Amino acid sequence: MAFDFAPLAMPDPPPVGRVPVVIVGAGPVGVTLAIDLAQRGVASVVLDAKDRVSNGSRAICWAKRTLEIFDRLGIGDRMLAKGVTWTVGRLFHGAKEVYAFDLLPEAGHKYPAFVNLQQYYVEHYLIERASDFPDLIDLRFHSSVTDHTDRGGHVVLRVEAPGGAYALEADYVIACDGSGSPIRKRMGLPFEGQSFDEHFLIADVEMAENPYASDAAERHFWFEPPFHPGESALLHKQPDDIWRIDLQLSPDADRQAEATEARVLPRLKAMLGDTPFRMDWLSVYRFRCARLDRFIHGRVIFAGDSAHVVSPFGARGGNGGVQDADNLGWKLAAVLDGAPGALLATYDEERGHAADENILNSSRATTFMTPKTPVERLLRTEVLRLSHDHAAIRPFINSGRLSKPASYEGLTLQGPPPAGTPLRDARIQTADGPRWLIEVVPGHACLLILGAPDVTVPPDLSVLRVAADGSPSEAVAIDIDSQTRARLGWDVAHLLRPDGHIAETLTSGDVAPALARLRVAQPVVAE
Amino acid sequence: MTEDDLYALLLDAHRGLGEAESHALNARLVLLLLSDAADRARAADLIVKARDVAEDGSSTT
Repeated sequence: MAFDFAPLAMPDPPPVGRVPVVIVGAGPVGVTLAIDLAQRGVASVVLDAKDRVSNGSRAICWAKRTLEIFDRLGIGDRMLAKGVTWTVGRLFHGAKEVYAFDLLPEAGHKYPAFVNLQQYYVEHYLIERASDFPDLIDLRFHSSVTDHTDRGGHVVLRVEAPGGAYALEADYVIACDGSGSPIRKRMGLPFEGQSFDEHFLIADVEMAENPYASDAAERHFWFEPPFHPGESALLHKQPDDIWRIDLQLSPDADRQAEATEARVLPRLKAMLGDTPFRMDWLSVYRFRCARLDRFIHGRVIFAGDSAHVVSPFGARGGNGGVQDADNLGWKLAAVLDGAPGALLATYDEERGHAADENILNSSRATTFMTPKTPVERLLRTEVLRLSHDHAAIRPFINSGRLSKPASYEGLTLQGPPPAGTPLRDARIQTADGPRWLIEVVPGHACLLILGAPDVTVPPDLSVLRVAADGSPSEAVAIDIDSQTRARLGWDVAHLLRPDGHIAETLTSGDVAPALARLRVAQPVVAE
Repeated sequence: MTEDDLYALLLDAHRGLGEAESHALNARLVLLLLSDAADRARAADLIVKARDVAEDGSSTT
């Protein structure tokens, strides 16, 4: 049963004069941010020129960290229920399997390493969730931003909608308008990085039976398979019997011709053999890794693909964008509530760091997939050949380094390393029965006290306690199977940021300075 | 330092070199690694293993 791309019936809303936040782009990043802000009581208007959720599966691999963010926003369980959970990847060279890996061998986490789910489902879930906040989220489709002016204290936007054009004023504009960002282009901001010459064909096919031996949902990646000589190929399972296929094409491929069924069907038949299938979507593209130098320009803030783009192997585009929104939401809400504007600069610092990490990993993966010179090809061929029997060589194979959350270790808001990582999940016993740690932490700053550290807790900071044994109460949860102890330490207190990253870990002393830093932080500007 | 970091450094070292120069670079690197290997018997064993890889990647010994 394929997804129903019904147009979204959006009555033309009455224009409003001034709003705290206008979000341009109702894709996964924009609507994630709108929900995050709404949960913090901040109103936003979301504008999008299109009239329905995105066509084609696009981003399909949603990482554990993203699912944990979506859990806080109220759609994590839906994602998990509908998505295809996979943890095993298999890597092939020629006709032979080289090795398999398991991304999450450890039990005791609410969310798996990844679920595969078409982007249109994610957008659909986000839009439905946004409708739970009718007073705070004003979602306007069919609405194009045709101009904007930053007046210093606010931004004026010109919006064209079926009911006519109107002006809208916002304290902040968040550009979540995609890799071709019209806002970025209007501002003439350089978007620089590395382009790759190779073309890739992505196709979604509907196929009732698995064409491969294993019934498990797995990521299959081939270097130089017999069905697609000399190139690479990827196969991923999605819900509704939809499979994602990526085929690398040569640099001189004719993009128009390759994007036709006449050219694509023989390629797919070579791969899938006699398995019956139906084409659902296809696209031929070339990719690049690029980013804005800065994500904040006056009162216009960039998030997601408008700020940075990566090649798709590694699932770092959609996941990186959602994590941008997760990072920006609480800071924007705090600044609108009177916190120093400098707090916003830590968004640029932290997500700029994350973008660099994503770009480094995805450009290295792409480099491995597309050797440029004879010696690069020689080295890759020998890595692949040696890896069959020499396990120690396998870590050199790069078919995409799959999205991991960036750590903000060492950056302005954090105490000494390793503070900066997102909270690791664990099962705990609460007064309401067994729960997950990531479910019970609030969306605001709090202190997670494990065991009995000798810390002084500021009176206005909320506290969660986990004890080793005893009966759970409203105030104290109980560790199960020592998971919390093993993953987060014991007789320690972790100061959690509103986005769930650890700001500081203390075994003793006063928590107040770390909390103060979190509230008024000012990053050191690099020269 | 990860395998990805090392591999990137290796590709960087080859950038701009012709085939003969790349060949020479690889030879120098092998010799440096051999001279650096604390376990000589292991190094000798790896020479044999590097030789004995079939076209499809399986070991021939």
